Amino acid sequence: MRVMAQMAMVMNLDKCIGCHTCSVTCKQAWTNRSGVEYVWFNNVETRPGQGYPRRYEDQEKWKGGWTLNRRGRLALKGGGRIKKLFSIFSNPKMPAIADYYEPWTYDYENLTNAPLQEHTPVARPKSLLTGEDMKISWSANWDDNLGGSPDHGDKDVLLKGIADKVKFEFEQTFMFYLPRICEHCLNPSCAASCPSGAIYKRAEDGIVLVDQDRCRGWRMCVSGCPYKKIYFNHRTGKAEKCTFCFPRIEVGIPTVCSETCVGRLRYIGLMLYDADRVLDAASTEDEHGLYEAQRDVFLDPSDPAVIAAAEQAGIPRDWIEAAQRSPVYALINRFKVALPLHPEYRTMPMVWYIPPLSPVVDVVRDTGYDAEDKGNLFAAIEALRIPIDYLAQLFTAGDPAPVDLVLRRLAAMRSYMRDINLGRDPDESIPAAVGLTGQEMYDMYRLLALAKYDERYVIPPAHAEQAHSLEELATECSLDYDGGPGMGGSGPFGEQSGSPMPIAVENFHMLVDRQTSDTMVDSGNKELRVNLLNWDGKGRPEGLFPPRDERR
Amino acid sequence: MTGTLLFVVLPYVCLAIFVLGHVWRYRYDKFGWTTRSSQLYERRLLRIGSPMFHFGILLVALGHVGGLLIPESWTEAVGISEGAYHAVAFSLGTVAGICTLGGAAILIYRRRTVGPVFSATTVNDKIMYVLLIGVIVLGLGTTVLGNVTGHPHDYRLTVSPWFRSIFYFQPDRTLIEAAPIGFRLHVIAAWILFAFWPFSRLVHVFSAPLGYLTRPYIVYRSRDRQLGSRPVKPGWERVP
Ligand code: HEM
Ligand code: SF4
Ligand code: SF4
Repeated sequence: MRVMAQMAMVMNLDKCIGCHTCSVTCKQAWTNRSGVEYVWFNNVETRPGQGYPRRYEDQEKWKGGWTLNRRGRLALKGGGRIKKLFSIFSNPKMPAIADYYEPWTYDYENLTNAPLQEHTPVARPKSLLTGEDMKISWSANWDDNLGGSPDHGDKDVLLKGIADKVKFEFEQTFMFYLPRICEHCLNPSCAASCPSGAIYKRAEDGIVLVDQDRCRGWRMCVSGCPYKKIYFNHRTGKAEKCTFCFPRIEVGIPTVCSETCVGRLRYIGLMLYDADRVLDAASTEDEHGLYEAQRDVFLDPSDPAVIAAAEQAGIPRDWIEAAQRSPVYALINRFKVALPLHPEYRTMPMVWYIPPLSPVVDVVRDTGYDAEDKGNLFAAIEALRIPIDYLAQLFTAGDPAPVDLVLRRLAAMRSYMRDINLGRDPDESIPAAVGLTGQEMYDMYRLLALAKYDERYVIPPAHAEQAHSLEELATECSLDYDGGPGMGGSGPFGEQSGSPMPIAVENFHMLVDRQTSDTMVDSGNKELRVNLLNWDGKGRPEGLFPPRDERR
Repeated sequence: MTGTLLFVVLPYVCLAIFVLGHVWRYRYDKFGWTTRSSQLYERRLLRIGSPMFHFGILLVALGHVGGLLIPESWTEAVGISEGAYHAVAFSLGTVAGICTLGGAAILIYRRRTVGPVFSATTVNDKIMYVLLIGVIVLGLGTTVLGNVTGHPHDYRLTVSPWFRSIFYFQPDRTLIEAAPIGFRLHVIAAWILFAFWPFSRLVHVFSAPLGYLTRPYIVYRSRDRQLGSRPVKPGWERVP
């Protein structure tokens, strides 16, 4: 047994209202630079829908993730090492920008500069790749809320088998949101596809990162990741991905997407797992067995043998305690209501999902029946085969049984808790029917419905004694795009070349410049331009406003 | 005088820039060390042009290693006559050269005509392409012309020994001065290209990922010793 710790996340899809707050705050924190305009480390997809990038789930086309070769051994679906090196000059499976969307901005200047004219001036869309006018035809959430689904709704990869059965019955009955970040897989195919070995999994917390100094832009990881969660920065020529907000995690605070989530549906915690068993589990022959196999890789953090092995592996005591309190462990292994996304890709993803019961509840309520009655809900779960098959395609490689069990548990929880809330005697047969005790059901309810901040996010800091000095607002200027009003620079070899500037130093220079310079900022001088993030609203920073006209 | 300048001083200066430039760039600008792939913008032309160019140029490079570093006396000793050597080198070299040039033509056409690729092309790229194409055209032109006119020059008696003499630190410019003008221009252009190399995207050649063949698929690494961007206060360093 080789115990390793993994920072993991569970999202409760029932609560997602599809507001995209997570995507926007994440973008603001991480990808508001040039070169990554189209990059959404966190995106929220409406399902059914094509996802982002379009139809990324079609692995027959993209060849992401792992597969079993003829001898039953795990192999990269996109081809082994030799094949990768021979196709390195042009990656045959790399998505084009059209599969994402062409990023754009608007010609806002025209609104204020246009001469007096009969028609209201408009801000025309301009491509951020070419600077030319463009026609906007797609974006990261173009099919939000099933928008345009009569046109392209059938392009959802998962509908291949189901679509012809009942064409778009689900459209009336069935829609939910799927927020996605990088899965920080236990067996990451992105790392395995990287020719220079720049993508690594952190030994301490399992976060998968791209070493920007070692990435050489071979762009094999982009096609290697089946979730298409590696993006290519087209300005710096390097791959970038979700970082699980590691600077925040290291000091014990949750990721930006979790922190800002309006539905409070995200849970972050540690999972202990047996690294020696990952490969075996990922090689499970039957795809339907992958969910169970991955659950078996996780270790019970309360088991004395596991604790001993973990201590031997150098996992600090406070981390083991955090693993014991981990909400993620509870949802995955105690209550068994969380499921992995696309386990059939065999990367052993570590962001899990509680599938949504609300479509089922909505149907029952619409028919006028009692939507919190266990009998009605169970019957509805039984009857709504299509949504359940669809969820099974997402979460269990098509096996409806685990999805069924999760939905039953969620339904049972509703009925059970109603009795308690109405002051009636709890009906112990309800939890028993789904294999839980009354106490377990109540605990599950607490975690899903009431859990406070420190119960939803159980994150041991990297080093408790350092946590305070590590805490700093580490954000880059949101206006730091080429030719924009930010202050990022271009080195002699193109965008952002040269040694990286520590964020704190940069802010320091900004402040000094602002306090000491007494002239209007030269708009050509990228170093001196105003950093809005540094402006606390007090005073008039030089260069933010045009000079006052003294005569007035 | 000009002979010494062009065939003794220039090589050493360019070599020094080449070596020191790479060391400097690697230390100063690891972040800029990339292929700057433009595949995200356009893939149809790249799909044809890039492999054609790269397989061509790698073959050309291999040919140069053979032709420049292995003395004629060695190949002769193993029974390969100059005629046979030349025939093989010429045919393979021309195919590879045309492949390279054709691929490069597609790549350059793509750089000029595809909007996003055009916008992403830097001055640096343009200089690099001018030098690179210059060297290739001079080299290929000299070889093909020499053979068409029927008097192929045996560069392994002039250019190659001179090239090796540079590395023994006994440069002998008279050797290269005996070679036809085409060869002399080709090597001068090549030295200039080498001097520019470390400052261009061509640095990617030196990170050809051969290690991929042997390393384990999944790389594990420890967190950085220093967390955050502030130095650790004395006495609070992490214990290993
Ligand atoms: C040694 C192995 C080499 C590898 C693995 C390699 C790989 C690559 C890759 C991945 C690209 C990016 C293509 C794209 O997606 O846009 C590229 C571009 C390029 N490479 Fe190489 N390369 C190698 C050797 C060379 C050599 C020897 C030269 C020339 C002396 C060269 C010249 C170029 C040029 C000029 C480009 C830019 C193409 C363009 O976009 O216009 N490469 N290379
Ligand atoms: S989901 Fe993340 S860790 Fe997994 S393969 Fe993709 S990029 Fe790598
Ligand atoms: S912020 Fe929360 S509720 Fe809003 S879209 Fe993201 S995950 Fe859903």
